[in-house]
Amino acid sequence: MEKTYESIPAGLVIRTLGSEVREFKTDSLLTPVFMILEVVMEMIIPYLMASIIDKGVTPGDINHIETTGGLMVVVAVFGLLSGLFGAHFGARASAGLARNLRNRMFENIQSFSFPNLDRYSTAGLVTRLTTDVTNIQNAYQMLLRMFMRAPASIVIAMVMAFSINAGLSTIYLVAVLFLAVFVFTMMRKVTKYFAEVFTKYDDLNESVQENVSGIRVVKAYVREEYETDKFVKAAENICRMFIRAERMIVINMPVMQFTVYACILLISWFGAHMIVQGALSTGELMSLLAYCMNILVSLMMLSFIFVMVSMSTASAKRITEVIMEKPVIVNPAEPVKEVRSGSVSFENVSFSYFGENSGRVLNSINLDIKEGETIGIVGGTGSSKSSLINLISRLYDVTEGSVKVGGVDVRDYDLTVLRNNVAHVLQKNELFSGTILENLRWGRENATEEECREACILACADEFIEKLPQKYETKIEQGGSNLSGGQKQRLCIARALLKKPRILILDDSTSAVDTATDSKIRKGFRDYIPGTTKFIIAQRISSVMDADRIIVMDKGSVSGFASHEELLSSNGIYREVYESQTSGAALSDFDS
Amino acid sequence: MPEVKVRQLHGRRIPSPGVKVKNPGKIFKRIMDRIMLKYRVRLFIVIICIFAGVLANVQGTLFTKTLIDGYILPMVKSGSRDFMPLLSAMSRVAVFYIIGISATFIHQRLMVDISQGTLKDLRCELFRKMELLPIKYFDTHAHGDIMSVYTNDIDSLRQMISQSLPQFLNSLITIVSVMVSMLILSIPLTVLTIIMVGISFAASKTAIGISGKFFKYQQDSLGNINGFIEEIMTGQKVVKVFCHENEAIEEFRKKNEQLFLSSYNANQYSNILGPINMQLGNLSYVVCAIAGGFLTANGISGLTLGSLASFLTFNKSFNMPVSQISNQLNFCLMAMAGGERIFSLLDEEAERDEGYVNLVNAVRAEDGSLKESEKRTGLWAWKHRHSADGSIDYVELKGDIVLEGVDFSYDGERFVLNDIEMYADQGQKIALVGSTGAGKTTITNLLNRFYDIQDGKIRYDGININKIKKADLRHSLGMVLQDTSLFTGTIMENIRFGRLDATDDEVINAAKLVSADGFIRNLPEGYETVITGNGASLSQGQRQLLSIARAAVADPPVLILDEATSSIDTRTEKIIQEGMDSLMKGRTSFVIAHRLSTVKNADCIMVMENGRIVERGNHEALLKEKGRYYQLYTGLRAM
Repeated sequence: MEKTYESIPAGLVIRTLGSEVREFKTDSLLTPVFMILEVVMEMIIPYLMASIIDKGVTPGDINHIETTGGLMVVVAVFGLLSGLFGAHFGARASAGLARNLRNRMFENIQSFSFPNLDRYSTAGLVTRLTTDVTNIQNAYQMLLRMFMRAPASIVIAMVMAFSINAGLSTIYLVAVLFLAVFVFTMMRKVTKYFAEVFTKYDDLNESVQENVSGIRVVKAYVREEYETDKFVKAAENICRMFIRAERMIVINMPVMQFTVYACILLISWFGAHMIVQGALSTGELMSLLAYCMNILVSLMMLSFIFVMVSMSTASAKRITEVIMEKPVIVNPAEPVKEVRSGSVSFENVSFSYFGENSGRVLNSINLDIKEGETIGIVGGTGSSKSSLINLISRLYDVTEGSVKVGGVDVRDYDLTVLRNNVAHVLQKNELFSGTILENLRWGRENATEEECREACILACADEFIEKLPQKYETKIEQGGSNLSGGQKQRLCIARALLKKPRILILDDSTSAVDTATDSKIRKGFRDYIPGTTKFIIAQRISSVMDADRIIVMDKGSVSGFASHEELLSSNGIYREVYESQTSGAALSDFDS
Repeated sequence: MPEVKVRQLHGRRIPSPGVKVKNPGKIFKRIMDRIMLKYRVRLFIVIICIFAGVLANVQGTLFTKTLIDGYILPMVKSGSRDFMPLLSAMSRVAVFYIIGISATFIHQRLMVDISQGTLKDLRCELFRKMELLPIKYFDTHAHGDIMSVYTNDIDSLRQMISQSLPQFLNSLITIVSVMVSMLILSIPLTVLTIIMVGISFAASKTAIGISGKFFKYQQDSLGNINGFIEEIMTGQKVVKVFCHENEAIEEFRKKNEQLFLSSYNANQYSNILGPINMQLGNLSYVVCAIAGGFLTANGISGLTLGSLASFLTFNKSFNMPVSQISNQLNFCLMAMAGGERIFSLLDEEAERDEGYVNLVNAVRAEDGSLKESEKRTGLWAWKHRHSADGSIDYVELKGDIVLEGVDFSYDGERFVLNDIEMYADQGQKIALVGSTGAGKTTITNLLNRFYDIQDGKIRYDGININKIKKADLRHSLGMVLQDTSLFTGTIMENIRFGRLDATDDEVINAAKLVSADGFIRNLPEGYETVITGNGASLSQGQRQLLSIARAAVADPPVLILDEATSSIDTRTEKIIQEGMDSLMKGRTSFVIAHRLSTVKNADCIMVMENGRIVERGNHEALLKEKGRYYQLYTGLRAM
């Protein structure tokens, strides 16, 4: 799934990036203009320098030195100003493009629905928002500042050379063509080599990463030498590839020197003949030679831009992919704005993650759940417990049939209204850096401290929060690393409770909470929010035993849907799970 | 020539000017020493080639003048048509040019070998060293920071070795030779040129200072926004569930705007360096021309018109290398910061191992004594070489493990284990239970000597484990950790990680033993399926099955299972229980689990709390005791 961006057409990439740079159109246009101005000034300077020597110093004309020198200062100041403006506009345009790309991507990611998110890895999205954007910013700045400047420099120098002596200047023309062909064919090859070596390089770093995070396993199995040998082999291979690619690149410099020197010699030789014949002046010969460097340096510059831009195309495509991704689940045209009841019904629901033709994970499910019921869900790994309840708050859309909340198809609700009424505590839950209170208020922005505390008491989170030095103002580190698993789970439940939902879904949300607290939380639900429909997915039978009814899932189908006692006598799977967890004495697990 | 910056496309940190390095000189010397050690001759050739290149270049600059003054003008004056002298002069120059070109080619080609070779060696050395570091290092350093040594820091060194250093040398040689020529021509004008260069230097220093400040802001806001992105992307599904999208966007926009401002300013000020240096260079030319004109006109200091012309040519070729040198210096400084981190990793102290007792395969001789065997016999022995008389004892590996009065602290201050007494007889299953932070995992860390104890003794078949070679100790212990850590490669390779000489059949049998065979066969390529990124495409439960299979194929005498089945649902666990039981049969096993069914049939259950063992006994005995275990078991008390 990750590499689909490679097939994105270049036109689309350019249009997408182009629309983000529109805000900085003026800057983007002015930058090359000022860069060209700088080049023009740069071209005048050698001419003035030659004039100072030829007409000032050699004949000893101080006046000429002073006036031409003054002129040169003016030109230099203009050149400086153009350079400064170019620097300013170029930096703003490229930083602006980067900012807009980041904003646009981030906003689009926020609109992604779960199926969209499943297509990308977290690391993939982070890379796109950071490294990829930085690559584009650098390439764009380079492009703005150099792309016009280099050709302009070549053109101006050529025009000037030809105006001096067309015959001699054809030598340049030949040289430029020769170099252009050489540089570009070589760069094509080199870029390919580099693309290859960078993929391998990424693999190498990946293996370092694996070793860093898996060091305990490496050491436990005494595989230090084995891993080192593997690494050394890979590193040597990469070294060879790098050397092969870079050896190609270093041909560049000698070839360019060769061309420059050949031009100098040829022009000097033929120029000398022409001067002797009176067809050329010495000053003109000097100027012709001065333009030689200008042309060739600019050509090198162009080839460099070419490399830079082609190296950033992968980044551009990855960014475009995210920007162009369309959310799969969107608001209906005329959304229902109110959830009237917490009843839930599944009517002939079938579901598969990748469209109709892929494997079904849910098969013709029919369920009717009344408002205020507590529903337990059990089943083995991969029996589609989560897939079933994910449909209620429309995290995914059904493939067939329909899911109704309060008698209305979930696809007809306004998404925000639906999700605020269906509080879903995810299996893989996250807290965010900030205080406990701030995290709780994700549930309801304007909740008072008292309301937050009530929710925490109900989720049995208040007891540990009160023991923290700063209580509700305690800072949560990134990823909630300063809380234990059970504490995090209880906070996540409290956060969901603050929505005051009609339906509450706990997807294995108390797995790290000890049995006693778990049962206390469930008792709280019974006593304080009896009107809320509750779904509880659990591994522990003790967590669902006292539910009104229990759904037993097996391979995407409902194998049983009844109370604990009924299931024990009628459902084989349920009985098996129950027995595997009990030993006649009591039901429990140890807190982890 | 506009400055060319190759920015790295990989890694997190973007190099910024203004980095502080404690001792750049020392680090530079260490890098150079390394290069000298292996590439002394090649480096010497490179330096000679750079010299030759500079000289050829100077020849080229001078040639235009001699061409006109020495050949063309005399020919024009005399009306001679004899081009032979010119031809021979040009041939001489051509030879110089060819030398120059060859020198460039040779030096660049050699530099590729030197820089890539040095980097490869550094990389390998880093990795080798890393594998030798104690677990403590990984527990106390952020993994991202270790990674960035391999990516960013190595990259900045490459930049320095392959580009900055040769260019720096080149510029230095050019500057010195040009300076000497200028001094010969005119001392006052040289002083003037140096003053102008000083001004240009000061100006670019200011610009670098300002841009450095903004680069730091940019780094900060980049770090800030990266942290935010990582957090939100990780919790993106939670954001959706709580309809928190708009708040996230608003926050992001704020941070992004900050980044934009600092990035734009940082780039703006670093962009102006080029124009400032160039135009100040032009100014220097004008100033010298006017001053020189004044000097010659008034006959001061004996400056002739011809030498003024030459001086001005040199003035022009003086400015560029000077502005380049400051650029290269900056790059070098950045590289030194990277070098500092590289060497600090290389200087870390490796895991120490003073053990001398080895693990060997053994056979039992007819008289009942043990003999060493070449082949794997299923019987192991500790080979104990006595230092006093050089005699060798063989002690059968049974798996008796005894902890006596063990105290342990990670930081030397707060003790996480206190006075632990534990006896595991051959073939026993010992379970450790208790809440998070009670010290269960710490005990396993001590058994395989990931950490060393502060006080007390751990004996393995009567031998103090400090005397056993670490590698052999760990070979005798099969570890299955909660954090599964698979490696990029096929499933087959991942299981075989447990024992490298295991045949395919042995691997498959191990997988069958732990009931992993079924799901593996359902994968598209079966055992040859390549898993990447720590097996992200597998479920946590499947990964745990693979890591159990890995331990099974290793076939170790002692097993340590730390929450090995926590993500496997109870039904599947029941299915693999048989396999687990046969795996544990006859082996001493330590099991940490919070699931009752896993620990119930242990020979001895240790209940831990706050680094102490508070209860011990088997399931029935502990239930009768009605103590802590009973409370945990019946859920009567919240923890």
